[in-house]
Amino acid sequence: MNDTKQLSDRRSALDRVGAVAASTRAARDRRRPTSPQWAAWGFLAPVTVYLALFYAYPLYRNLDLSLRDYTVRSFVQGDAPFTGLANYRKVFDDPVFAPALLHTAAFTAVCLVFQYAIGLALAVFFNQNFRLSSTLRALFLVPWLLPLIVSSSTWSWMLNSDSGVVNAVLHAVGIGPVNWLTSPSWSLTSVIIANIWIGVPFNLVVLYSGLQSIPGSLHEAAALDGANAWQRFWRITFPLLRPVSAITLLLGLVYTLKVFDIIWIMTKGGPADSSTTFATWSYQLGFGNLLPAFGPGAAVGNLLVVAALVFGLIYVRVQRKQALS
Amino acid sequence: MRTDAVTKRGWKTAVGLLLTGVMLFPVYWMINVSLTRDQDMRKSPPDLFPTHGTLAGYRTVLDEQLPYLGTSLVVALGTVVLTVALAAPAGYALAKLRPRGGGLLSFVLLAAQMIPGIIMAMGFYAVYLQLGLLQSVPGLIVADSTLAVPFAVLIFTAFMAGIPGELLQAAQMDGARALRTFWSIVLPMSRNAVVTVSLFAFLWSWSDFVFANILVNGGAREPITLGIYHYIGNNNQEWNAIMATAVVASLPAAVILVLAQRYVAAGVTTGAVKD
Repeated sequence: MNDTKQLSDRRSALDRVGAVAASTRAARDRRRPTSPQWAAWGFLAPVTVYLALFYAYPLYRNLDLSLRDYTVRSFVQGDAPFTGLANYRKVFDDPVFAPALLHTAAFTAVCLVFQYAIGLALAVFFNQNFRLSSTLRALFLVPWLLPLIVSSSTWSWMLNSDSGVVNAVLHAVGIGPVNWLTSPSWSLTSVIIANIWIGVPFNLVVLYSGLQSIPGSLHEAAALDGANAWQRFWRITFPLLRPVSAITLLLGLVYTLKVFDIIWIMTKGGPADSSTTFATWSYQLGFGNLLPAFGPGAAVGNLLVVAALVFGLIYVRVQRKQALS
Repeated sequence: MRTDAVTKRGWKTAVGLLLTGVMLFPVYWMINVSLTRDQDMRKSPPDLFPTHGTLAGYRTVLDEQLPYLGTSLVVALGTVVLTVALAAPAGYALAKLRPRGGGLLSFVLLAAQMIPGIIMAMGFYAVYLQLGLLQSVPGLIVADSTLAVPFAVLIFTAFMAGIPGELLQAAQMDGARALRTFWSIVLPMSRNAVVTVSLFAFLWSWSDFVFANILVNGGAREPITLGIYHYIGNNNQEWNAIMATAVVASLPAAVILVLAQRYVAAGVTTGAVKD
């Protein structure tokens, strides 16, 4: 694969996002005689109807679920009594609430820090062109492209207490077996490790494309002035990369908040809720028990939606600001 | 001087190879376990290489998992068609036809990507229960398409905005001409965007576990992700069969990486999506 072509593709992809912002702005500024609005909205109609039917309506149903006292019978018949915020109160008073909140925060924060740090280090490393660098960088995409159930079950078996390769390696260097998935003190760490592994490629690709847009001449000038590699990174690369870093971290935040598959497949949030987050707790309440608690499950889910949208809005604001500047 | 630079670069390649090896170790391990014999599965320490390799795991896949793979293929292709059909016209309108309220719609699409899939799935469950669409393939296709449609509109808009306006003369276009322009100029010129969108829609739909688990679990036609999940859930100890299924389920990702890597990278940076 032709490397320079890839780079120009990526750059032009980024440019195009800017171009969209610019063209919508231009459209707002100059009210030129435009094509009939009905033609434009004719093209938009399918996706608008689609959004209403398959985004808005399921979300509305979820909101409705959280405000009523549903049982299995009334779930099918749809005649559950309206109970206001009772489900939310129930959720706040639940003994699982505090640990779930703590785990969600810890999971998100630790994953973000490591994914970003490792992704950045790798991006800087791969930014120095050496033989095979583009091929190896492409291979780094593999964990991100694999179906989550594949990565999760592979990690499950690697972290198996008795037969897992991780404990075998630890044994070889003289460390006793760790009950990665079955001990409450390690389960959260285990799912964090797996999620970091999955998230590194995304950080690598985005940060690498950010590095590509920093002109090499800056580094050459600084090198002539006697700055060493370490100084060049902290004084030039890192500050110039700040906009891309902000975008990467905010998107990472939104997407880490909603991680469900990995945790559910590896630990089901257990043992004893030791790795439960809002996402798994919500599912656990709604579907994981013999007696489903649809109302509280939906309530937990809606709290998560609110959190994701708050950070999503911050992301949009940051991105707008960057597009304008 | 020159030889010094060459050895330095060779050294970097060595470090790069090492890092890649560490990163891809789980993938190697998946393949290694898929080839391990049952009696070696619990060996301590485990064999680092499949010296007594067996294809028994893959035979199990052929015996038991083909229907699941077929369902996954149908669902993923259905998702691709639905996603492109919905998103390409929308991208054209947003990029070229200056609809009033287009900015708001773009914003809604961006926000839609932020909503956790597990929450969408629970909403879909409630809706599909009423409509009788649970455990149906079309229902799963529609649900899976929500993973890709907002991203696809974004990609199409970004791409089509780059098509020169003189070519389209969007300003004086009536509806019928807009449709013809879209069909015979814009769409053929957007081939790269169609490929990028199709790849991601296929991959996400093929990989989907959350929607499948909530909407079609226990049904007559389940995708491969549920095939693997049932294996693990049944406390199955045949890890070679489980990992062989995982390897087969990873094949689309491998094919895409080899054949279409630049589309993937372009998609990641344009959309900056998915974790």
